[in-house]
Amino acid sequence: MIGLFLGTLRWDDVTFVEFWRTPDLNNAIAAAAAGLLVLGVVATLILLTVRGWWRPLWRDWLTSLDHKKIGIMYVALALVMFARAVAEANVMRAHQATAALDAGLVAPDHFAELFSTHGTIMIFLVAMPLLTGIMNFVMPLQIGARDVSFPLLNAISLMLTAAAAGLVMVSLVLGHFSTGGWSGYPPYTGADISPGEGPDYWIWALTLSSIGSTLTGMNFAVTLYKRRVQGMHLFRMPLFCWTVLCTSILMIFAMAPLTLATLMLWLDRHAGFHFFTVGSGGDMMNFANLFWLFGHPEVYILILPAFGVWSEVFSTFSGKRLFGYLSLVYATMAIAVLSFTVWLHHFFTMGQSANVNAAFGIATMLIGVPTGVKVYDWLLTMMFGRVRLRVPMLFANYFLVTFLLGGVTGVLLANPTVDYGVHNSLFLVAHFHNMLIPGTLFAMLAAIHLWFPKAFGFRLHEGWGRAVFWLMAPGFLLAFMPLYAMGMMGGMRRTAYFSDPLFRPWLWAAEAGAVLILAGFAALVVQIVVSVRRRDALAVPAGDPWDGRSLEWLGPAPAFEFNFAGEPKVEDVDAFTALKAQGEAYRRQETYEDIEMPRNSAVPVVIGALAGLAAFAMVWQAWATAALAFAGVWAVVIGRSFVRDTERTIPAAEVEAAHRAWLADVAAATPVHRRDELTPENRGLAEEPL
Amino acid sequence: MTPDRILPTCLLFFAVGAPAAAQEQGFLWAAGPVAEAQRAHFVSILWWMAVVTVPLLIGLPLILWRYRLNGGGGRYRRDWGASPLAEVAIWSVPVVVVGFLAWNLWHATLSLDPYRPLGPDPLEVQAIAAEGHFLFLYPDEGIVTVDRLLLDADRTARLKLTSVDVLRSVMVPRLAGQIYAMPGMTTELNLAAFAPGTYAGLNTQYSGPLFPEERFETEALPETNWHARIEATRDGAGPLPPDVLQRIAMGDGAEAYLAADADLFARIAAPSSHGAHR
Repeated sequence: MIGLFLGTLRWDDVTFVEFWRTPDLNNAIAAAAAGLLVLGVVATLILLTVRGWWRPLWRDWLTSLDHKKIGIMYVALALVMFARAVAEANVMRAHQATAALDAGLVAPDHFAELFSTHGTIMIFLVAMPLLTGIMNFVMPLQIGARDVSFPLLNAISLMLTAAAAGLVMVSLVLGHFSTGGWSGYPPYTGADISPGEGPDYWIWALTLSSIGSTLTGMNFAVTLYKRRVQGMHLFRMPLFCWTVLCTSILMIFAMAPLTLATLMLWLDRHAGFHFFTVGSGGDMMNFANLFWLFGHPEVYILILPAFGVWSEVFSTFSGKRLFGYLSLVYATMAIAVLSFTVWLHHFFTMGQSANVNAAFGIATMLIGVPTGVKVYDWLLTMMFGRVRLRVPMLFANYFLVTFLLGGVTGVLLANPTVDYGVHNSLFLVAHFHNMLIPGTLFAMLAAIHLWFPKAFGFRLHEGWGRAVFWLMAPGFLLAFMPLYAMGMMGGMRRTAYFSDPLFRPWLWAAEAGAVLILAGFAALVVQIVVSVRRRDALAVPAGDPWDGRSLEWLGPAPAFEFNFAGEPKVEDVDAFTALKAQGEAYRRQETYEDIEMPRNSAVPVVIGALAGLAAFAMVWQAWATAALAFAGVWAVVIGRSFVRDTERTIPAAEVEAAHRAWLADVAAATPVHRRDELTPENRGLAEEPL
Repeated sequence: MTPDRILPTCLLFFAVGAPAAAQEQGFLWAAGPVAEAQRAHFVSILWWMAVVTVPLLIGLPLILWRYRLNGGGGRYRRDWGASPLAEVAIWSVPVVVVGFLAWNLWHATLSLDPYRPLGPDPLEVQAIAAEGHFLFLYPDEGIVTVDRLLLDADRTARLKLTSVDVLRSVMVPRLAGQIYAMPGMTTELNLAAFAPGTYAGLNTQYSGPLFPEERFETEALPETNWHARIEATRDGAGPLPPDVLQRIAMGDGAEAYLAADADLFARIAAPSSHGAHR
C-alpha cells in the first residue's frame, strides 16, 4: 500500500545516507551539493519568515499575472539554475584536469550525471527561462499592449518551468539524475542499461518544461498577432518582436516532437513498448530523428531572441536607426523556416547515404547567408552613429567578433566531410558554447542591463557591469578555445579522464576559464546588490535612461502596472523616438479611462505544484500519488473554468493620478546628454539630439 | 612541415599555444587519403569564409573608432537605415560564398562517403564494439584481435561495424572519419593508410563508465610483415570461446583468438538478438 504512494523511493536513495554508508570523496561532493541546496532552501525560508515577506511574495509575485513580474520571475529562476550549472561545469573541468594523475574528484557515473544535468539545466532551465523572461517583460511593452493574450496561461507556463527546475533540484537530494547526456539517446537510456530513476528524472523534467514552452509559444504568437496597438503594423514592430514571433512559431512546432520522444521513451522503459528497441520492430534511430527535429529548431529558439536583443542594443547605443530593418526581418524569418530543414546534421555519422548528408549539409550552410547578413546589418547600424560602449554594447561587440568564429566552425561542421572527423568531439562542444555563451547568454546579460531600469526604476551599476564583462569575456575564450584544439586532436566530449598528458595544460586552461565565468556570475550578483543599495543615485523615474527608441521606454520606470495610461501613437518603427521628436512623448492626456487588468490567481501555483508532484511521483513509480496529483491538476483547470470574475478594474482616477505623478517626475528631471548618461543626473530624460 | 600544414598549425598555435602544434593527432595530421581529404576540405572552407569574416574584422574597429561618441570624427546620420547598394552587397556576397561552399560540399561528401570503397580488393574486417573493448574479426584470415586492428598498409580496408549494447561511434582520426556502430545494425567504414604506422582509434560516443577506455590501436603494417603477423597471431591464439564478451569484460580475455565461429558478427548484428522482451 505504501508502495503505491512512495513507489521505489527508499532511505538509501537520500544522498546524505549514501554518503553515510560510503564516505568517499565522490559521495562527499554529492552530499555537499545536496547540502548546499538544502541550506539554500532553509535560509530562504528563514529570510522570508523573519522579514515577513511571505505575504508580499504571494500577493505581489507568485499569484501575479502581470507579464512584467512573470518575466522577472523567469529571469530569477534562470539565474538560480545558472549558479548550479556553472558550478557543475567547474567541477567537471577540475575533475578532468586532475583525473589522469589519480582518480580525480568524482566517480565516472557521477561525472556522467554532471554533464547530463549541466546540459539539461543550461538549455531548458537557464537559456529558455532567461529568454522567455526577457520576451515576457519586453514584448508586450514594445507593441503597446497591456499584457499578453492569455495572462493565466503565461503564469502556468512559468510554474511548469519552475516545477521542472524543482524536479532537477530534487534529484540532488533524492536518487540520481540521468547519465545519458542532455540528449538522452536510447538504448543507453533504456530500461536494460539504465534501470534506475535517472532517465525518468530527465524525461519528466523535459516533459514539464517542454509543455510550458509550447504554451508560451502559443501565447506570445497570439499576443503579437492580436494585441498590437493601433498603428503598430507588423512592419513597424521593433526587431526584437519579430524575433519573438519567430521564436514563438518555432516553440509551437518544435517542442511537440520532444514531448513525444520523451513520453515514448518512458513507455519503452516502463510499459513494455518498443518504439526505440531494435529487435522488436523499434528503431533507436527514430529517437535521434525526433529529438533533433526538436533540437535543431531549439537552437534557433535560443539564438533568435538574442539577435533581437542585439538589434535593439546596437541601435540604441549608436543613437541611430537600425540598419536594414527589412533585411533583418526577412533574414530572421528565413532562419526560422530553414531551422526545420537541417536536423539531420546532428547525426551525419549514422550511416545514411551520402546524398542525404549532402542535402542536409547544404541546407545547414544556407543558414549562414541570413546570419551573415545580420552581422553586417549590425555593423552598418553603428556606422554614422554615435557609438557609446556601455555594458550591453561591450557584450554586443564582443559577440560580433566571437560569433564570426562560431559561424566559421558552424560552416565547418555543416560539411559532412569535416563532421566525420570532429563529430562528438570537444570541437563540437566548443562550437555550440561559442554560439550559446557569446550569443544567447551574453545577449541576455545585455538585455538585463538594458531593461533593468524599466523593471525596477534604477540602472545597474556600470562599473560592476564592466567587471562582469571583463571576467566573462576572457573566461569564455580561455574555457573554449582549448576545446577546439583538443577536439581536432581526437579529444571527445563526455570523457571523464584523458590519459594523454599533453591535454593536461589545456584542461587547466579550460578550468581557469570556467572559474572566470563563475567569478563573472559572482560579480553580477554583487552588481545587483550594489545597485539596490545605491538605487537612489541610479534612479531613472522619468523612464528613458538610454534615449530609447521603442515604446517600452514611454512611461515611468518602473513601468505602470497597466503599462500605458492611454493608447500610444505609432507612426514609425522607432515609435518612441518619433514621439520624442514630435514633442508628444510627455504630453498630458485629455481623458482617462478605466483599465481592466487580470486579477491575481493562485491557480498557476497550484497547477505547477501538482504537476511537479505528479512528475516526481512518476519518477519514483509511485502510481497512486501520480494519479492523484495529475487528477488534481485537471480538477483545478476545470474548477478555474467556473470562475467568471477574472478581471479587476483600475479606475480612471487612479490611472490619471499615476500618469500625472510620472509627468511631474519628467518635469523635475533635467534632460541629459548621452555623455552624461552614467551620472546621477540621468533621471531618465534624454536630451533632444542635435 | 609541408606548406599546406602551415595554416592549421598556426591556428592551433594561436588558439592554445605551442604544445598543440607539436602534437600529431587528429585529421589535421592526416595519415591516410580520407583524412587528408578532410584536412584539405577543412582548410579550403577557412579560406572561403575569410571572404565574409575579414571585412568585418577590419571594419569593426574602424567604425567603433570613427563613430565613437566622444570625439569620433564620423558624420552623424541618425536616420540612416537603408542603402540599396549596401544591402545588395551584404546579401549577395554570402550567397556567392555559400554557393561555392555548397558545390564544394556536395562533391566532397559524395566522394568521401564512408561506404565507398577506397580501392580494389579491400581487407574485410568485422568490428564489434563492446563495453570497454573492440573485437576485430578477419573472416578471410580466420582470426580475431582484441583492441588492436591489424591493417595491411598496401591495401585498403573495409570495416563492418556493430555494437553489442549501446550506440557507439568508431573512428581512427588520422585515417578517416567516424561512423556509428549500433546494436542490431551493421554500418560500414572504409579505411586506408598512406604508410605503415600505428594510429589511435576510439569510440567517440558516450557509452557508460568505461567510455574513456574504449580505444584501440590501429597498426598498419607493410604487406609482408602483415602476412607474417597474421600467421604469428594465428599460431599463438586459442579458439574463440562462446562467452568471449563476458571473458573480456571480466579482464580474462586474450589478445587474439582463432575464429572458429564464423557467424559471431552476424549473430550480434542481427536485430532479433536485441531487447526482444525483458
